[in-house]
Amino acid sequence: MQENTAIKLCNITKRFGEVVANSNISLEVRKGEILSLLGENGSGKTTLMNILSGIYFPDEGEIFVDGKEVTIRSPHDSFELGIGMIHQHFKLVDIFTAAENIILGLPGGANLNLKAVAEEVNALTAKYGFELDPNKKIYEMSVSEKQTVEIIKMLYRGANVLILDEPTAVLTPQETKKLFSVLTNMKEDGKAVIIITHKLNEVMEISDRVAVLRKGEYVDTVNTSETSENALTEMMVGKKVSLDIARTEPKNMRTILRIQNLTCINEDGLKALDDVSFAIRTGEILGIAGIAGSGQKELLESIAGLQNPIGESSILYEPKENERVHELVGKTPMQIKELGVSLAFVPEDRLGMGLVGNMGMIGNMMLRGYRSGKGIFVETQAPTKLAKELKEKLEIATPSINTPVSKLSGGNVQKVLVGREIAMEPKVLMTAYAVRGLDINTSYAIYNILAEEKEKGVAVVYVGEDLDVLLELSDRILVLCDGKISGIVDARTTTKEEIGLLMTQIPQKEEEANGEE
Amino acid sequence: MTGIITLIQAAIVFGTVIMLGATGEILAEKSGSLNLGVPGIMYIGGISGLVGVFFYERGNADPNGFACLVIAMSCAIAASFLAGLLYSFLTITLRANQNVTGLTLTIFGSGIANFIGGSLNKLAGGVGQISVAATSKVFKTSLPGVSDMGAIGKLLFSYGFMVYLAVILAIVVQWYIFKSRSGLALRAVGENPGTADAAGINVTKYKYLATSIGAAISGLGGLYYVMDYTKGTWANDGTIEALGWLALALVIFATWKPANTIWGSYLFGILYWMYFYIGGLTRSSQELFKMLPYIVTILVLIFVSTKRRRESQPPAALGLSYFREER
Repeated sequence: MQENTAIKLCNITKRFGEVVANSNISLEVRKGEILSLLGENGSGKTTLMNILSGIYFPDEGEIFVDGKEVTIRSPHDSFELGIGMIHQHFKLVDIFTAAENIILGLPGGANLNLKAVAEEVNALTAKYGFELDPNKKIYEMSVSEKQTVEIIKMLYRGANVLILDEPTAVLTPQETKKLFSVLTNMKEDGKAVIIITHKLNEVMEISDRVAVLRKGEYVDTVNTSETSENALTEMMVGKKVSLDIARTEPKNMRTILRIQNLTCINEDGLKALDDVSFAIRTGEILGIAGIAGSGQKELLESIAGLQNPIGESSILYEPKENERVHELVGKTPMQIKELGVSLAFVPEDRLGMGLVGNMGMIGNMMLRGYRSGKGIFVETQAPTKLAKELKEKLEIATPSINTPVSKLSGGNVQKVLVGREIAMEPKVLMTAYAVRGLDINTSYAIYNILAEEKEKGVAVVYVGEDLDVLLELSDRILVLCDGKISGIVDARTTTKEEIGLLMTQIPQKEEEANGEE
Repeated sequence: MTGIITLIQAAIVFGTVIMLGATGEILAEKSGSLNLGVPGIMYIGGISGLVGVFFYERGNADPNGFACLVIAMSCAIAASFLAGLLYSFLTITLRANQNVTGLTLTIFGSGIANFIGGSLNKLAGGVGQISVAATSKVFKTSLPGVSDMGAIGKLLFSYGFMVYLAVILAIVVQWYIFKSRSGLALRAVGENPGTADAAGINVTKYKYLATSIGAAISGLGGLYYVMDYTKGTWANDGTIEALGWLALALVIFATWKPANTIWGSYLFGILYWMYFYIGGLTRSSQELFKMLPYIVTILVLIFVSTKRRRESQPPAALGLSYFREER
């Protein structure tokens, strides 16, 4: 082991039930360096760092800090070892000032001397080149300032190893630049910095070495100066794996939805979608690839009427050929649903948007049809029948169709949701992360359902994470990067590397040309 | 002139009861416990102190004033602390709904206090026959020579010691919450328990202690009412409950700052007693005047909500249970 090794991980394995999140990972971080931890979604980066910060306990493997073997059982232990992790969701008390948040929970005299704390904070900010007013309240701060408070909080507590989980995801380019100069200062001060990221340009810009993970496994660590973006992409996405998903040639293709200049602002005031234009066609599956948070959610929600697109945004919907064209921007979700656009949107929180956890299958079926009953009583027979049919057809494992769906396993919940949407006979079916957390068999069941819908002439939109699946299931793949379309490619001829590159950067030339179909 | 002085004196005596109630409740609410059991806790505090000294004075021909004081205070504090502990156990450990638990505690407190109070009246030989003269005297004793002082002296020094104790407590709790290190942790618990937990603060411990100690302070309000305000008697008339609700209103009026309860409670007292000093009121219009403190509270609520100043809002996690696993 080298003298200047700050942290060394040996053969770390972590399983969640059947899923292996980290398999036999060995990694080391040196003092005075910035290490990028690179990998796709679900490659195990965050799990690995959560092990270091004491949130998860590894099933196997050893951790060495400064050459000594340690056991990290809680965030507190991690703290004591000088490891500070800055999560994507900040842990700050809104109505406190920066200084109050920084000293929260630290031992000391009964009387609070906030002036002294403010001075110490000012000394720290000056040392590393931050800009922060210690007396400013958190609720008055921008995201970038809040992040600064989190970082200073760690430094104030004497952290020698800083882990930042996708720190630039919420920052503007200028703020990112500032953060990077601060990180460089910390590195020069001898601290070890780990940043979790999947933005290749940032990796190249800031880090000294890059460790790559893929599907829970450690690929390699390389010196940034000796690698290239292409080489890293290849390490990140790996070789293509054949999955044998049945894919037919699309038939009777016709543009049913035309999205033009779609722009959306997210809650942080940043552009989640920036001038997106493309077409959705019947009889094909349009795959949407992209790093998490590149605008997939906003895209689907805009079509479903759950967002407020701004500017020139337009979504034209033509349910039947040469018939009336509807403008969906400005319509309510209910109106859009009635026109036949169905969103089986499955966000991280599966139950949150599509189903009511405490109701059984019947109740959840009813959610879609309760308006159609006559009089003041709800119609129960049709939903009951539908629930029974779905249970049979999709092999939903539930003790009874009245069992609250929150008691079912993730895969079965997914089947209930997708099954209900399909039963509505939509013309456009949108799914997001439909197979997240599902086992192989259930995933295939879902793929088959989507393929069947495509056969029927439905326009299917599939937002996915697994590039292998996207390549085999979709007909075309639209790649989003930072809210912009970085390319639309033919799924039959493209390569994983091409998509991987498009996910991390927008081709410099002729963005416009790519935006078209 | 004398009218105004007696009005203010009445307001201060009245205000002391709700100031203690509100100061305790602010401590609890700052930890996130919306303890609607304050009226019940004030009942429990009042009756426990009364029971303690009733039996002490009954068994002693010549009761010692200091012993009376210690017995009354410790009985009241211990009983209301226990009531706060019960509330904490139900809402923090068992995660019962805070509103339901609080209201139940109020009903329980007033029921048991009136039951015991009625029994004491029976033992003493009839309503109004309870005699804890020695204790009541200790609670009512003011500085000697006050009667010789002028109007200012009367205004400032003509009260029993608990009037001053209440002010001191309000100031101490104010300092604790806003100026001490431990108070910072307490506020963090009430605002964002997840963050407090991550910062290594024992959320459960803080909530338990703040809620229980807060209840003990509120209970002292009940004791003061029994010993000074009603001169050591017991009447099953529900006044303590009314004062308890007023204390809860005062918490909002003071925008969760104990120092504000000092003037706020006296203002409530003036508003409450005003009818007495305005001539020519009928019984029914007197009742209208007694509504004034509540109307003022509603006005303050409207004002504070429209102004949306973050510091004047209730603690963000008020009324919510905290599960660590539910992050």
